[in-house]
Amino acid sequence: MAGKPVLHYVSARGKMECIRWLLAAAGVEFEEKFINTPEDFEKLKKDGSLMFEQVPMVEIDGMKLVQTRAILNYIATKYDLYGKDMKERALIDMYAEGIEDLCQMFRVLAVCLPDEKESKTSLIRDRTKNRYLPAFEKVLKSHGQDYFVGNRLTRVDIQLMELLIYIEELDPSLLAPFPLLKALRSRISNLPNVKKFLQPGSQRKPPMNAKQVEEARKIFKF
Amino acid sequence: MTGKPVLHYFNGRGRMESIRWLLAAAGVEFEEELFETREEFEKLIQGGALMYEQVPMVEIDGMKMVQTRAILRYIAAKYDLYGRNREEQAWIDMYVEGLRDLSDMIMFFPLSLPEEKAMNLEYILQRATTRFFPVYEKALKDHGQDFLVGNRLSWADVQLLEVILMTEECEASVLSGFPLLQDFKVRTSQIPTINRFLQPGSQRKPQLDEESMGTAKDIFKFDRGMFLKNMSTIVAEY
Repeated sequence: MAGKPVLHYVSARGKMECIRWLLAAAGVEFEEKFINTPEDFEKLKKDGSLMFEQVPMVEIDGMKLVQTRAILNYIATKYDLYGKDMKERALIDMYAEGIEDLCQMFRVLAVCLPDEKESKTSLIRDRTKNRYLPAFEKVLKSHGQDYFVGNRLTRVDIQLMELLIYIEELDPSLLAPFPLLKALRSRISNLPNVKKFLQPGSQRKPPMNAKQVEEARKIFKF
Repeated sequence: MTGKPVLHYFNGRGRMESIRWLLAAAGVEFEEELFETREEFEKLIQGGALMYEQVPMVEIDGMKMVQTRAILRYIAAKYDLYGRNREEQAWIDMYVEGLRDLSDMIMFFPLSLPEEKAMNLEYILQRATTRFFPVYEKALKDHGQDFLVGNRLSWADVQLLEVILMTEECEASVLSGFPLLQDFKVRTSQIPTINRFLQPGSQRKPQLDEESMGTAKDIFKFDRGMFLKNMSTIVAEY
């Protein structure tokens, strides 16, 4: 089956955004079927399309893949963004999992209750400044290359790009002490596929507004 | 340096237990350096060995690997427990990620606030029996094979056994509606490397008791109820 991948999710970043990024960076066109109401979600579940009754779900190559990491791993492997051997994959996974931990904090922040916002923001700032960005800057410094692993583009560069944008949206000054990361961000955003994805009108999603958070709460019952 | 992997963690299951299981199932001997105090943990951090100041950390093949999934994937790939192709890998990934969601819930359960314990336990068991176990029962039923993916042992089978046993510790009869999982449990437990790991005296760790819970809290500074439900995913901040 040669059709385009079809992404099933709400029209928001959430856990699907990293998948959109990776497909876009790989130059893969994809379609999206949005879950707009609780009924849409119930239907998807009743269809038996969702292995664990959860989204993201991506129809690709005859499979209905669920679980964000499973989907990312498959896309990265298929489009040669996962390193050339086991050792490179080990490094890629270490970096990607760290990026994902911090991304997850941003996702939780986006939907948390108003009285939790301050403490969560403060934790994100601390982790960004003192744990994650220093670790990633150190990697780039250690080899002086243009990409994180193996001197060529891999999923790490793309996943980090997404994360740096979230950090900038929170507070651009958080990036100031990290010149190599800033340079990488600039380089990656100039890659043709990434550049296109960063333009208005692409399938990249904006931050959620309060109304969208409410709708997501209704759909996913949280 | 013996060449064996060295596991750095505290003396408990936590996030390292899946790694112990996978190494054991693969027949790989490993050593452990288990810290018992906050000071020892900080010493490890200060030594610069932990990329994100977190454990698990496993010294293996000249690397100081961190991030549980990164470590598990490396071991699975190295010991041919990760499928034969991209598609089998995708199925294994889906299965282990689902199991991770369930095992994280169980792992964090002892940290529930006392007044939430009963409710959280009920939630775990409901999820186990209506969302997770049916998936694995169906997988085994659909292909009628002994293993989840590709008709041979993979990481997914090892993790499924681990999680079945963890869930039974919460509720002994939890597999009562799942005959194929019961058979799977018996069969997989008899695989020689796994059977050895299940014997007393192996490096498998027991459940947390009050004392080791206290130690874990001191080392990792857990200081509030951390069992949070957010879209059925457990979120922890530490």
